[in-house]
Amino acid sequence: MAFINKAAREINCKIVYYGPGLCGKTTNLQYIFERATPESKGKMISLATETDRTLFFDFLPLSLGEVGGMKTRFHLYTVPGQVFYDASRKLILKGADAVIFVADSQEARHDANIESLDNLRTNMQETGLDPDATPFILQYNKRDLPDVESVDDLNAALNPRGVPSIEAVARTGVGVFETLKLTAKVLMTDLRKKMGSPT
Amino acid sequence: MVNPQMVMYEEEFNQIQAVVDRLVREANAKVVFIVDKNGQLIAASGEVDNIDTTSLASLTAGNIAATGGIAKLLRENEFATQFHEGENANIHIQLVGNRVILVVIFDSKSSLGLVRLRVRKASEELSRIFEALLSKVQEPGGDSPFAEITDEDIDNLFND
Repeated sequence: MAFINKAAREINCKIVYYGPGLCGKTTNLQYIFERATPESKGKMISLATETDRTLFFDFLPLSLGEVGGMKTRFHLYTVPGQVFYDASRKLILKGADAVIFVADSQEARHDANIESLDNLRTNMQETGLDPDATPFILQYNKRDLPDVESVDDLNAALNPRGVPSIEAVARTGVGVFETLKLTAKVLMTDLRKKMGSPT
Repeated sequence: MVNPQMVMYEEEFNQIQAVVDRLVREANAKVVFIVDKNGQLIAASGEVDNIDTTSLASLTAGNIAATGGIAKLLRENEFATQFHEGENANIHIQLVGNRVILVVIFDSKSSLGLVRLRVRKASEELSRIFEALLSKVQEPGGDSPFAEITDEDIDNLFND
């Protein structure tokens, strides 16, 4: 649910990074945090376990310039990927304006990707988000590792809707900003449509 | 269907800000702020320069979301009030109209009793303002803040 503040001329949106455990959601946010200019970013918050696994969420506020005289602010969240944190995932997903699904490209994680994507669909429905209409982007992460599935195979398994997909190596930043930029664009276009603009 | 976007207009923003400003004074608080349930900061007042309100807003919303999850498991509707007591700072968190969160940070210059009393009064006022805002947003024919935004504007969003 975007928050449009006409008094302050600001558009605030929420983007959620979803995906199986250890797929690179937090790594995406860390890279954005490291590379974004100091003026555009706020503090990154990670609620993690002692072993650095996400416990509740990571949060990074980011300003991305203006559209039509309105400042845009994006709140980026990650969910905890581990299966048993499902209740927390649902809470974080609530009110998302766009979802990025980070898939782990390794063959060994094929089933984990599918399970997480099914879980996303269920949780979207339960939190009042339409899984077929909410802005949705796929990121195929860890493309630098051996034994990765081809993009065609990943698309066949994870992308029946044919949404945009981006190859990435989040650890080195490949595809990280591309994913975010594309998501922001799809989100803003969707928001404009929802707000009933004539164009 | 309810329009899921929250739009804040100048008139209501000023009313909300006035309530928040007054609450800081009347409750002897250090900081008062209002957050929506998604963690977006709506208004803040008091000693906000020394505090990261964006992070606080997000964490408060996370806190309310987690507590709401616990309430559901216990078949409670909501736990509408939370209070955390520290050595120097205390924080009082109140869910208003099940839609926004009113947060009061205070120290030994105030007391929990006073804060609770003032929060109750402010909550009633805020409920009325947000109800009015909600019905205004749902009125058909309101001017879209996106009316002037073109495809090109969106494309240019990221051009550093």
